[in-house]
Amino acid sequence: MPKIRFVQQGTEYAVEAPDGISAMEAALNAGVPGIDGDCGGQCACATCHVYVDPAWMPVVGPADADTEQLMIDLNEGVQANSRLACQVQLTDEMNGLLLLVPDAQF
Amino acid sequence: MDSSATTMVDPQSIPIDQIDVSDPKLYQEDAHWPLFERLRREDPVHYCADSAYGAYWSVTRYEDIVAVDSNHKIFSAHHAVMLDDGRHSGQTEDATVMLPFLAMDPPEHDKQRKIVTPAMSPANIAKLEATIRRRVQEVLDMLPIGAEFDWVPTVSIELTAQMLATLVNYPLKDRHQLVRWSDVSVGIPGDGVIDSWEQRDQELKLFAQTFLALREERRAAPPTSDLISLLAHSPEAQDMSIQDYISNVILLIVGGNDTTRNSMSGSILALHDHPEEWAKLNANPALIESMVPEIIRFQTPLIYMGRRATQDVELGGKLIRKGDKVAMWYISGNRDSEAIEHADRFIIDRPRPRQHLSFGFGIHRCVGNRLAEMQLRILWEEILKKGWKRIEVTGPVRRAYSNNIRGIVSLPVRIHA
Repeated sequence: MPKIRFVQQGTEYAVEAPDGISAMEAALNAGVPGIDGDCGGQCACATCHVYVDPAWMPVVGPADADTEQLMIDLNEGVQANSRLACQVQLTDEMNGLLLLVPDAQF
Repeated sequence: MDSSATTMVDPQSIPIDQIDVSDPKLYQEDAHWPLFERLRREDPVHYCADSAYGAYWSVTRYEDIVAVDSNHKIFSAHHAVMLDDGRHSGQTEDATVMLPFLAMDPPEHDKQRKIVTPAMSPANIAKLEATIRRRVQEVLDMLPIGAEFDWVPTVSIELTAQMLATLVNYPLKDRHQLVRWSDVSVGIPGDGVIDSWEQRDQELKLFAQTFLALREERRAAPPTSDLISLLAHSPEAQDMSIQDYISNVILLIVGGNDTTRNSMSGSILALHDHPEEWAKLNANPALIESMVPEIIRFQTPLIYMGRRATQDVELGGKLIRKGDKVAMWYISGNRDSEAIEHADRFIIDRPRPRQHLSFGFGIHRCVGNRLAEMQLRILWEEILKKGWKRIEVTGPVRRAYSNNIRGIVSLPVRIHA
């Protein structure tokens, strides 16, 4: 059961998440502000945009260019470490993962 | 307020293969509900072999609509967002061709959408809040108390017209011209807006001339954040054809006008029809936040969006052939009880209220969704400050003759102070 952290406008939210759920679901369960997940996790609304702490990028990996990246690109402030939290499936390897929620997301 | 259709066939006994939900009259009479209920239950991916727009598939369940909407490779938007694709791709020599980015596929779609995205950014929208609130207050202050009036022109059209003029930086005094063009661009002969396609084309030509001149004016001036300035100055927009430019202006004007207007009117009707929700809201104004997306779900301002299959594909056990037209009926998916609990009821404190189809999903998701929500939020914050006992719907609701825009044309009301 990995513990992950979200930081939104300077406030940290530590979230304990069961294996196999997505970072978006973990955020919703814990009420992290700025993560809406309007589409229910289908990579179809881009309201769960996060920046993965660069140190964690090798573990988390990049967005799929054909699907997720097109949705990420609907947002402002897209960076190389941008991901949609609904497409990040949590594993034990991700214990301690740090995800930054963009200020502009609401 | 129930305006059940008398001219329609019996929705329960009509053979299922004869159901055609594309008839605009169904929506004018608010008579589509039982047909969609039956389709969701008996034939959720439904083939209509013969309609005014030719053959088409109907996708009626929430989950199937999300699947189609988020699969832009197999379900192309190119010249396919309207069932009446002949008209919109210019079947007649003088037809006004519409090809906004909404009706494009990547990569051109992405390029054009990105030009206007900055105008809808949270930071830019926040700048509009004070202006919107002031105008809402001015409009509400003028309303008669205790006397009947029509909510649609007095409040809904007035507020969205002002918003529209602001977004494109158009003279405020001429705002109703924008509303006219918006109405005309989605008009169909016989809807009370236009009498013929020729009339529509002529009015849209004047629109095109006006906005081409405005683009030249903006190009000569320093860049600002209004939509026309963005289209005039963006490096990506320099090689945009006249047709693309005009199509996109129309898209933004319709997108920012009809939809919010009808959600504003729809919210008054929904709260009239659900007095227990009005009571909840008055007891706890913080519920505005979850009520706003519920208003947008319940109204479903866009009845459907169209697509065209780029290859043979199976959906819900049916084989959709390459080239077939597909309509995603948001109006139906938003009332799908398999996906949304008590979907037929207006409930202002639903959990996960933003889980609805009204903005679409995938790469064509509404670019102005947060602006729309903000306008509705401010309207309701200001209405509640008035402390009115209720807003009563006093006369028959008149609805638009359209299978595309779920429009409320007239809504007589009386405010009880």
